[in-house]
Amino acid sequence: MNSNGKSMQGFTFVDPERVEQIFSQYPDKKSATLPLLHLAQSQHGYISNSVINTIADLVDCHPAIVMDCVSFYTMLYTKPQGRHIIQVCQTLSCSLNGADSLVDHVMDKYEIKPGETTADDRFTLMKVECLGSCGTAPVVQINKEYHEGLSTQNFDKLLESFE
Amino acid sequence: MNTFKPVLTEHIGQPDCHTLSFYKSVGGYTALEKILKMKPEDVTQEVKDSNLRGRGGAGFSTGVKWGFIPKDSNKPKYLINNADESEPGTFKDRLLMNKAPHQMLEGMIIAAYAIGCHTSFIYIRGEFYKEYKILEKTIAEAYENNILGQNILGSNYNLDIVIHRGAGAYICGEETGLIESLEGKRGWPRIKPPFPAIEGYLQSPTIVNNVETLSCIPHIINRGSSWFKSIGPEKGPGPRLFCISGCINKPGVYEEPMGISLKELIYEKAGGIPDDKQLKAVFPGGSSSAILTAEEALDVKMDFEDLVEKKSMLGSAGVIVMDETVDMVQACLNIARFYAHESCGQCTPCREGTVWLVKMLTRLVNGGGKPNDIDMLFEITDNIGGLIDFSKGSYGKTICPFGEAVAWPVRSLVEKFKAEFLEYLPEEKAVA
Ligand SMILES: Cc1cc2nc3c(=O)[nH]c(=O)nc-3n(C[C@H](O)[C@H](O)[C@H](O)COP(=O)(O)O)c2cc1C
Ligand code: SF4
Ligand code: FES
Repeated sequence: MNSNGKSMQGFTFVDPERVEQIFSQYPDKKSATLPLLHLAQSQHGYISNSVINTIADLVDCHPAIVMDCVSFYTMLYTKPQGRHIIQVCQTLSCSLNGADSLVDHVMDKYEIKPGETTADDRFTLMKVECLGSCGTAPVVQINKEYHEGLSTQNFDKLLESFE
Repeated sequence: MNTFKPVLTEHIGQPDCHTLSFYKSVGGYTALEKILKMKPEDVTQEVKDSNLRGRGGAGFSTGVKWGFIPKDSNKPKYLINNADESEPGTFKDRLLMNKAPHQMLEGMIIAAYAIGCHTSFIYIRGEFYKEYKILEKTIAEAYENNILGQNILGSNYNLDIVIHRGAGAYICGEETGLIESLEGKRGWPRIKPPFPAIEGYLQSPTIVNNVETLSCIPHIINRGSSWFKSIGPEKGPGPRLFCISGCINKPGVYEEPMGISLKELIYEKAGGIPDDKQLKAVFPGGSSSAILTAEEALDVKMDFEDLVEKKSMLGSAGVIVMDETVDMVQACLNIARFYAHESCGQCTPCREGTVWLVKMLTRLVNGGGKPNDIDMLFEITDNIGGLIDFSKGSYGKTICPFGEAVAWPVRSLVEKFKAEFLEYLPEEKAVA
């Protein structure tokens, strides 16, 4: 696929059929950018430069355009993250229901600040904005899953369940 | 109004309510069968007659919007279901996708048929992974049963539906930001006009509708537009999903007729405020609506008109309740920080102004406030989003309504709770 002879180091999708399927769903190539980025991140953990180059090739545009898109979205990571990503909602309804103490708890327990990863790569902590689940505040998303109505105790137990 | 029976959430809570077999057992897809024998323009007319107004935030007439699709254009038409649900205080679309996904899907197919669309998208916020998986199953079931795909239910109508996941950006809920995002770009809203109905996705006519709006459609078709219009105020009728969160005993989604009083919603439906604390303030329509004081909140009806009269808005019907213990300056900082983080950065007043608000409010909270800070806060909000006075025509300082969405809550908070802001000023300076 790469014409620059660097294909050995380049990123390739392990599931080319899924890539084809994604392209078949859209009337134009560029619309496949975001789904391809999601797919790449689930395979690779983050969006590296070689991921960007590969996707730019596939959707027929300059890598800078794909990079521009990547940098806009908070769910796309340009650096490796911990094995588990803890995202604590900090917006109003969660904040009114104790979200701050959940953040403090992680900070104390694992000695990391928001945006940081533990030395053993177990957890990355993030403060995020409204997760669309304010009725069950405070809400924490860990990896893909929502955990709702958390007390500090429940949260602590939950954290222990992640290796 | 005591006779109101839930419409959109009637079956939610029953086992397997998300499945096709359940949905069919309660009359699902009969509206689709009906409209496939109708002329598309008659479907649009029925929706227009129902006076259904959009549930996503702006409250525009759904039937009128569908009618904007140019009849003579030979470009493809697109329908996008806005499932980005990211307005703080709003969590109703998530419930509908979890528990009644086929109701939403049937609404989409009817809408697509009415506007002549053959490829439709569900733009779902990236964080809603569970809901995405449910929708994948919903759509697969629909294809297996000839509800999607070629020659739907024996008609000669074809439709494909694609789920498109967002990736964490509030502004992609704004319809033109959403379209840009779908096209594989950063979600920068477009200047309107042209409106999406004329030039939307890939420059083609596009209708963007909210999950809840689309979920109303099968019921309008089955029970008729006059039935729909008879629920609540005629100019903006229908059932409405109110999301209640914050300082409240029973937070959650409540389906009630449009026009229910906010007092009843808070004290009767949602069980009032924990520990019998006093009500202090309410955001009636998500964090982008102007805040109401307790007095205003207890005297307002939850419909489009009454809230505009109170210089706020119904928006996404996300009701955020604050009790007497809430520090309004902290609340203001929380909201400002949200908008500073979510500004797409395209317009200078919005990009710079939101950051300034956060800086000033942080300084104020930390005891470094200056006497003219209050005036500065007004000046910045007016610069981003104009005055709250609708009659003066406040629109137009920024490319998209996000400007108003930050200016209204912040300005109204400072205006209505000014004393609390003044209290934060260091003593010697507050004397003046
Ligand atoms: C900043 C901003 C954020 C928005 N977020 C959403 C959203 O998350 N979901 C939604 O349905 N509409 C949202 N809207 C409204 C959409 O632009 C659009 O009006 C709506 O999806 C149209 O559907 P409706 O007519 O069915 O309400 C937002 C608008 C703005 C200005
Ligand atoms: S008002 Fe703000 S969010 Fe909207 S386009 Fe301008 S900068 Fe972006
Ligand atoms: S405020 Fe936390 S989920 Fe909405």
